[in-house]
Amino acid sequence: MKPYVGVLALQGGVSEHINMLNSIDCKTVEVRRPEHLNDINALVIPGGESTALIKLLIRWDLVTPIQNLSGTGLPIWGTCAGSILLSHEISEKEHIVNQPSLDLAPVRAERNSFGRQLASFQEDLIIKGLKEPFPGIFIRAPLLHPLSESTEILCSVQEGVVFLRCGNIWLSSFHPELTDDTRIHKMFIEKAILGS
Amino acid sequence: MSFIRDDGTWNVKTGHAQMLKGGVIMDVVNAEQAIIAEEAGAVAVMALERVPADIRAQGGVARMSDPDMIKGIQAAVTIPVMAKCRIGHFVEAQVLQALEVDFIDESEVLTPADEANHVNKWNYKVPFVCGATVLEEALRRIAEGAAMIRTKGEAGTGNVVEAVRHARSVLGEIRRLQATPFEELMSISKVMGAPYELVKYVHENGKLPVVNFAAGGIATPADAALMMQLGLDGVFVGSGIFKSGNPAIRAKAIVEAVSQFDKAEVIARVSAGLGEAMVGINISDIPLNEKMANRGW
Repeated sequence: MKPYVGVLALQGGVSEHINMLNSIDCKTVEVRRPEHLNDINALVIPGGESTALIKLLIRWDLVTPIQNLSGTGLPIWGTCAGSILLSHEISEKEHIVNQPSLDLAPVRAERNSFGRQLASFQEDLIIKGLKEPFPGIFIRAPLLHPLSESTEILCSVQEGVVFLRCGNIWLSSFHPELTDDTRIHKMFIEKAILGS
Repeated sequence: MSFIRDDGTWNVKTGHAQMLKGGVIMDVVNAEQAIIAEEAGAVAVMALERVPADIRAQGGVARMSDPDMIKGIQAAVTIPVMAKCRIGHFVEAQVLQALEVDFIDESEVLTPADEANHVNKWNYKVPFVCGATVLEEALRRIAEGAAMIRTKGEAGTGNVVEAVRHARSVLGEIRRLQATPFEELMSISKVMGAPYELVKYVHENGKLPVVNFAAGGIATPADAALMMQLGLDGVFVGSGIFKSGNPAIRAKAIVEAVSQFDKAEVIARVSAGLGEAMVGINISDIPLNEKMANRGW
């Protein structure tokens, strides 16, 4: 049976994840309301604006259902703003900001860590588990500061961690869905859902 | 080991626009309004000195905003800050890039600086958004380096009819090009005055190679949801919010309507009790030479 993957579709780079997941033989659903979470095998939280996304998650009653699903072990992957939403703490540089989150990973996400759009960049990345470099696209990207020993670091750049896994929760501060390289999506589906 | 880092690439520019999809970008004239917009869930703000409705009412030459005012807004919010330069005014664009705005809108809302040429947007690391009324105009702007397109609509009117006209025109032309036999594309490109490679892209992919937003005259949650259901990727709201009776509540309602644009019950709920919408203008009451959508080509 095909893996059935939900993509949070309140705002942001939704269709890019949907297209990529469909291309690697997943079935997908756009998640706008709690009933869309029924029967999914994994959830992707896309990039977008984290301040807008968290307000909409709260407004449309999606926070508790997603937290409950995570408690049952549902694999959840957040890219860029999605990684911020999954983190325990959010900061601007070192300064912790008062922004609610789903709080599912022991990580401090440092928002806009590289600077404004002018500082957005592309860089090839060495990623644990991939043989060849991966084209990383960073857009007003956060850095991920692990707060626990239990996180598995999958990739770092000069400034710090940009891809990690903590049990069923995966965070990447870059955008694999903006490339035509499906390897990270495949890795997530294979390791998180199929357990291979 | 580390690799070379590239900034200002096409992927990084168009990717930023892609992350704004499904969101609302709001015109603001000061830090206080920017904070209201961010609180309401805007994905970005457009910093400008006067909203289009005031530019229309007051007349005179409309220019790029005061850098101090843009900096004040940048300091007040964490969401992206966009700003407008005049059509063809490549030095205003240089200034906006020096100020590190996140997106530049080469906008017909300001008085054009060049009646023949738009800015060469490939020269900049900051991405540009440009307005379009028809497909060939959108493709010309993309060929000049625009990383995002929006309808022109008729800004400052609170009347959605022109945005609908432009959206239907662009999206309809895309559907027709998709159905056109390959051998006709070259002569279509010639007639349209649009680059062949981009005509071919649209034929093959059934969409623009960049994100396509609605703008110009959107004033209510239902207007915003209409543009989303027509098939656009997101919404700019200019005068519609801060020229209305209760900007904070209306801004939030428009954000919520866009996030659930396919659900009429939600749009009904968020549309209630918003106070007065901005007073609208009928397009036929605007003299032809005062129509902003006619600026640029």
